[in-house]
Amino acid sequence: MTSVATGSRGLPEDVDLDRPSAARVHDYWLGGSHNFAVDRALAERAVRIVPELPAAMRATRAFLRRAVRYCLASGIRQFLDLGSGIPTVGNVHEVAQAVDPAARVVYVDSDPVAVSHSRVMLADVPGAEILHADLRDPERVLPSPEVTGLLDLDRPVAVLMVASLHFVPDSDDPVHVIGRYREAMAPGSHLVLSHLTGDSDNEAVGEQVSRVAALYASSAQRFTLRSRAEVTALLAGFELVDPGVTRLAEWRPDTPRTTDEHPRRDIGYAGVGRRV
Amino acid sequence: MSRPAEGIPEPRHRLGLAALAGRGAVGGGAADDDVTGHADVVLGFALAWAEAVAGTSYVSMSRSEVEQHLAGLTRQLVTALLAEPFDPAPAREVGAAMVAAHFTGTETLTRTVALLATDLPARLGLTGDACPGRERAVERVAAVQGALAGGYAEALRQRTLDEQEAISQAVFVARDQTEQALRASEARFRAVFAEAATGIGVGDVAGRILDANASLLDMMGYSLEELRQRNVRDFMHPEDAASVWRLYDELVQGQRDHFRVEKRFFRSDGEVIWTHLTTSLIRDDRGNPTYQVAMIEDVTDRHLLQERLRYQALHDPLTGLPNRALFLDRLSRAFETGGRDGRVGLCYLDLDGFKVINDSLGHDVGDQLLVAVGQRLDACVSAPGRLVARIGGDEFIILVERSGSTQDVVTIADHVLAALEAPIRVGEHELAVSASIGLVERPVQGTTPADVMRDADITLYWAKSDGKAKWALFDPERNAREVARFTLSATMPAAIERGEFYLDYQPLVRLSDGQLVGAEALVRWRHPEFGLLAPDRFIGLAEETGQIVPLGRWVLREACRQARLWQDRFGSRAPFISVNLAVRQSRDPGLVADVAKVLADTGVEATRLQLELTESAVMGTADEPLDALRALSAMGVRIAIDDFGTGYSNLAYLRHLPVHELKIAGSFVEGLRASAADGSHVVDARIVGTLVSLAHALGLGVTAEGVETEAQARRLDDIGCDSGQGWYFARPGPPDQINRLLS
Repeated sequence: MTSVATGSRGLPEDVDLDRPSAARVHDYWLGGSHNFAVDRALAERAVRIVPELPAAMRATRAFLRRAVRYCLASGIRQFLDLGSGIPTVGNVHEVAQAVDPAARVVYVDSDPVAVSHSRVMLADVPGAEILHADLRDPERVLPSPEVTGLLDLDRPVAVLMVASLHFVPDSDDPVHVIGRYREAMAPGSHLVLSHLTGDSDNEAVGEQVSRVAALYASSAQRFTLRSRAEVTALLAGFELVDPGVTRLAEWRPDTPRTTDEHPRRDIGYAGVGRRV
Repeated sequence: MSRPAEGIPEPRHRLGLAALAGRGAVGGGAADDDVTGHADVVLGFALAWAEAVAGTSYVSMSRSEVEQHLAGLTRQLVTALLAEPFDPAPAREVGAAMVAAHFTGTETLTRTVALLATDLPARLGLTGDACPGRERAVERVAAVQGALAGGYAEALRQRTLDEQEAISQAVFVARDQTEQALRASEARFRAVFAEAATGIGVGDVAGRILDANASLLDMMGYSLEELRQRNVRDFMHPEDAASVWRLYDELVQGQRDHFRVEKRFFRSDGEVIWTHLTTSLIRDDRGNPTYQVAMIEDVTDRHLLQERLRYQALHDPLTGLPNRALFLDRLSRAFETGGRDGRVGLCYLDLDGFKVINDSLGHDVGDQLLVAVGQRLDACVSAPGRLVARIGGDEFIILVERSGSTQDVVTIADHVLAALEAPIRVGEHELAVSASIGLVERPVQGTTPADVMRDADITLYWAKSDGKAKWALFDPERNAREVARFTLSATMPAAIERGEFYLDYQPLVRLSDGQLVGAEALVRWRHPEFGLLAPDRFIGLAEETGQIVPLGRWVLREACRQARLWQDRFGSRAPFISVNLAVRQSRDPGLVADVAKVLADTGVEATRLQLELTESAVMGTADEPLDALRALSAMGVRIAIDDFGTGYSNLAYLRHLPVHELKIAGSFVEGLRASAADGSHVVDARIVGTLVSLAHALGLGVTAEGVETEAQARRLDDIGCDSGQGWYFARPGPPDQINRLLS
């Protein structure tokens, strides 16, 4: 989840509990209690409009787990999780270190509360760090001590932008931002991306998701829904891993039945690209 | 983990496998195999359980991992259900384990409890009153359900509290860090404010001063308390440009966001400081003007330096008097402010003989003399409205900005000349100095500073030529004459090329028979501006400027061209041509060659050309002109002496000269005109007679000029004069006149 780390005048931005935080809203949808009344109010209002949002968030987390495992199977042992949010069950380092305890993860988020919480959670975890930064600022993220100290960018790395790019409007040029990360990624690296969408077979769903996006406009973060083509464009410059850009639950499901989740309607896209 | 509800620690009992085996619900076996014996039950239930709760909670496991995980929990549940003695406590742990795996969705618990009530007992054969021990099966199931729900609730409550605690803690830490950052940021800005070398002041839009940094306090000489009791408007300075306070009003009213001006301030001690002031408006979130921030840079030193440079730029370093630039500035201003009736006066003076003093006594003495003269001028002239300036070398100028009349500048000039009468002591020298002064005084209307300066310059020149220690007043008529002369001399070369000159011819007549024998060429200038000009208007000028040489050359060529026409037309009856030769021409080394070339070019016989020279051109000159005359004479050209008798000719010398003709000046001939009562004509007649005799004795011909009457002509003939010229015969005229006379 992203938000500007500093205000427009270069002053530190206050921690404002009167405004909902996307990270805490997600936590609530995932069944967590790292949230406040203002977050839950927004979450509930959103769910009343799009009931499948919690399911979509669960599907996103499930995709994250599958994608991380895919990367591990591809030999990758280092991860850069951009927009990591509130740590919850199934964090990247837990998934990765279950496979290889030597796996290393740098989390990046701009929400000061999420960062503060992550710092506590990770205090005793070797091989995992949290960086307080905005993913839109690769010039700050990539040379940071957290990244340079823990990750070796000369070797393949998995860069995760899971449920974070819909907080980057076109005016912030997400393609350029991704391009800056891509340039820093060694061949064999992967970009893991998921994105909420207003695309739907059911027109009503698209309209409802758009209303939620509007809801967010009053919160700390703006929300940009992107179509499948737009999501695919974000992966430009990467070689798409099979099966390409798909609905969340359809990206390499654990079982052919995709029995993990039962979303009635899947409102997110997922894709993994490989740096050639 | 919480304890069982009873709170009494009990030893964990092994499963009563025997009982289970005895009931055949699952395969029997040894004590270690009690649950293993129910492996199918465990697996079957785990699959059903996983199916039931799928999608109700987020757990970070794949489906098969979920099934494995739930199989483990199922094993514990089976153990609890079948334990002997019965103990539901392990079910609490299952509830807690579900929460730990993040099976936190409410629906997950609902479905789990429901499944536990129906599916698992059935699989284990625990139905109805079937009772593995003392309790009925239904009681065991209910107890296990309760324990699971209790454990679940306890764990979820704990988890919720932990997470709430964690997120609150995170907020606290994040806030603390943000506040620290804000404090650090504020401290940085505070340091910038406090330490800035620029003065910074903050006020509200009513102008009350709220805060000021040390630089500003230092600059203004006030304490912060004193400054806080003042309003921005208290710092108005009488010399402030009107725009300063207009900009200020616009700023505090929110019509502009900042302005930058140069402004003077009074310090607390009354001293004036010069500043660059930049004032910015601070608005609140809604855009309303709230504060003003003034940044003030003290540029007093720079300003004073500029003042000094300006003074240096406008003053003469030697005498300290205003220099030319300042004088010209004041002169222009006198014209700008003079209005319709204003008059301005200039005394332009120059020391007489300064160069001699400078050259003989050295520049040091010269410089000190200039300083002393400057002081005297300053002492006797300077007053409001009068400016003494040194405008170069030994030239000074006095500007009278509002002159009353010409008498004003004359009085000043007299004072100045008087002030310079006393000798000036420079070191061991007593130097007597004087000055020449050119005066111009006139209304400013209809003239310009440049005109006045030029006229003063001209007038100073007149004063200089009039002699030392004099003033001259500008005379517009004299100036006009000189301007005309200057204009003529400047335009003469082009006038020759443009053909503005032409020749008239005056007949020369033989007195004995009235026959026309020659013609004198007389040059005229048809000037486009001044009209027809006689030779007296421009020949002298041409001699001064040297233009006489090309002009004379043109006259000679043109006259010869005409002579050739007559020669062709009248043959032997054609008149010779007589052309005047100026002194300067006679000394021109190219004269002989020029004449020869003209004769050759025009085909005129040398004997038909007569050159008229004045006495002074022929007499008492060096040998070279004579050589030229001899050469011309040798070519056959006739040489005549013009205006003979007016100069001081050495008559004895005349015989050695290559001269053929004397032209007797008209003044002698005039006396022959009438039978004057005083008898002066008798004297003139004798003089003319003597001249004729002398000439004839030397073998020279004689022509009388200025013959106006028949009587004169007759007397001259009686005297023996050869030829005559004058209005009695013909006035100078175009060549046609000659043609008519000959035809």
